[in-house]
Order: sequence, then structure tokens, then C-alpha cells
Amino acid sequence: MSITAILISTILVNNYVFAQFLGICPFLGVSNKTDTSLGMGVAVTFVVTLASIVCFFIQKMILDPLGLAYLQTIVFILVIAALVQFVEMVLKKTTPALYSALGIYLPLITTNCVVLGVAIQNIVAKYDLIQTIANSIGASIGFTLALLIMAGVREKLELADIPEPLKGFPITLLSAGLMSVAFTGFAGLV
Amino acid sequence: MKYSKILKDGVINNNPILVQFIGMCSALAVTTSVKNALAMSAAVIFVLVCSNIIISLIKGITPDEIRIPIFIVVIATFVTIVQMFLQAFSKPIYDSLGIFLPLIVVNCIILGRAEAFAYKNSVFSSFVDGVGQGLGYTFALFVVSSIREIIGNGSFFGISLFGESFQPISIFIQPPGAFIILGLFVGVFNLIKSKKAVRE
Repeated sequence: MSITAILISTILVNNYVFAQFLGICPFLGVSNKTDTSLGMGVAVTFVVTLASIVCFFIQKMILDPLGLAYLQTIVFILVIAALVQFVEMVLKKTTPALYSALGIYLPLITTNCVVLGVAIQNIVAKYDLIQTIANSIGASIGFTLALLIMAGVREKLELADIPEPLKGFPITLLSAGLMSVAFTGFAGLV
Repeated sequence: MKYSKILKDGVINNNPILVQFIGMCSALAVTTSVKNALAMSAAVIFVLVCSNIIISLIKGITPDEIRIPIFIVVIATFVTIVQMFLQAFSKPIYDSLGIFLPLIVVNCIILGRAEAFAYKNSVFSSFVDGVGQGLGYTFALFVVSSIREIIGNGSFFGISLFGESFQPISIFIQPPGAFIILGLFVGVFNLIKSKKAVRE
């Protein structure tokens, strides 16, 4: 698959949030305000891309040659957890401004299933390095896009008159469902 | 704490999906058919119960600062066991659950229960808590997947219900249906809960 096809596919057609259900927890948890969702989106883009590249090399250079592919899940989640911690420390030392902006989102990212999901999917789909990078960037842009749209919708929902039992979480799910219907309109684009 | 109360908390009062809203990714993704939902639930119950027991057993010797990585390794080990077991004995289920099987590692229910319950309570209570939360997860998944499969595919557990002439509403089997059905289910659950609270 060409890089453009991968990008369009992951951002619009197979959006990780609306079509593949990855990263629903932060999607529902952080999408209250547009600026916090943008911060989360940037942090996710950074970690997903870095983690996918590292996991790609670990799979190709360590796990595959040694026949340890069954350890994939354990190794990947440890790499991601260590990486998130490492990124946090580097940012704290080198760019405190960026750290204070992203700080609160970084620890949350370890348990964001987008990171592990994309890393595993790159291996399952047998992508090469360039395709891996394109897939990770596309996935994170798609995630950020979903987060931003949702935040916009939720800011309006605050003022709406919602039936009592549907207040809060259920109405968010219903709006996500309608948005997901809109995204099915992109099907067949790639 | 009484064991029956721990169980009831897990299934109803503190249901992971309907009340705590954690572990949503897999709940939305695998509810396309009842069979998938039950297979996923069984995998989650196994991992949840085993990791709760182990984490409760080792809580005395776990250094507090690095407990989260330790939890993750314990959980990932059991997930790998489930993966290998399903791959060997039930390839179709392994294929249909796909990426959501390894993603049990980052399912917030399991890490959440490890941190909030197993790390602070006795081994047997942790076991009961694992069963309770697992059954709560199963209950939510079963209801959502039944509705989705019946409306979206006209079948239940793979058995066709309405014959040839039935036109299924396929949007319910597609991703949007998951959000909408779960949203409405949580709404109905809240409604029943508030009605019950008023009566009491």
C-alpha cells in the first residue's frame, strides 16, 4: 500500500476511534475541552510514532531472529511503559515548557490502547519501516481529529437539555455513534 | 467485607462498563456477535481472576514505587497464556478477536482492579472481586451483543431467527451501532437505578 493510501485510510476511512475502537477511554475522558484534547493529541502522536519505530526494530532484530515472537505482547507493553517514562524524563530536563503542557497526559498514554494497538498492527500487516511510520502518524492524526471534533460537540452539549438518565456518559456515546455514522461516509475512498 | 457484597458490587453497583466506564474499547469492538462477546468475556475473566490472585499474593514483597510495571508484567503473562491457548485450540475465535486479545493487557478494568482492590485486600476477596467484576463485564457485553446481533444480523448465537425475508439493519453490526446501543443501554440502566432509588 502506498503511503498516501495508508494515511487516508487511517485518518478517515478506518479511523482508529470511530471504526476500530482503539483509544476509547482517553477519547471519552479527555474530550471535554478543545485545548486539552489538542495537548493529548500531540502527546499521543509523539509516543505512538516513537513506540512503533522502536517496536518495529525490536520485532525484526530481536524477537524474529530468536524465534521469540510469542513474547511480543509482554515485550511491547514493557517497551511502551519504559518509553513513556523516558520521554517524560527527557522532556522535563530539556523542554520544561513542553513538559508542563503535556505532563499530565503522558502517564495516561501507557494504558492507551492506540499505542500498543498500532505497534502490533504494524507487525500483523507486515509493514516496512516507512509504512510503519506513515501508519503511526495517520493513526495519531485520526485520533486527534476524533478528539477535537468530540470536544467541539461536547462543549455544545453542556448547554443542551438532555433527559436525566442520558446525562453525561450515555449522551457522549450516542454523539460518538452519530459521528461514527458520518465517518462511514468515507468508506470506499481507498 | 462480605463476599456476596463484593460480587454484587462487581455485577451491579460498581459494574465496570455501566458504572465505572472502563474497558470500553473491547466492549465496543467485540460485541458484533454473542459468540465473540462471550469468548472475550471468558478471556477477560481468566486474566482478571488470575492477576488479582497473583497480585494479592505478592503484595507484601512488591516495592511500592515500581508496582505498576510489576502489575503490567503479571497481566501480560496471563494474556500471553490466553493467546497461546486460543491459538492452539480455537483458531477461529483467535482470528475473530484479533488485535483485541493482546489488548487485554491495557484493558483498564484489570489494571484498575489490581491497583484499587487486589493490592489492598486478601487473596480470597481478590478472587471474589475478580469473578464479580468479570461477571459484570460479561453481563454488559452479553446484553449489548445480543441486541446488536439480533437487530443487525437477524440471528442469535449464529442461529438465524427470522428466516430469509428478514432485512437486518446492518448499521447495528457496524461500528456506529456499538456506540448507540451501549449509550442507550447505560441510559436504561441509569433509569432503572434511579427508579429503584426513589422507591427505596
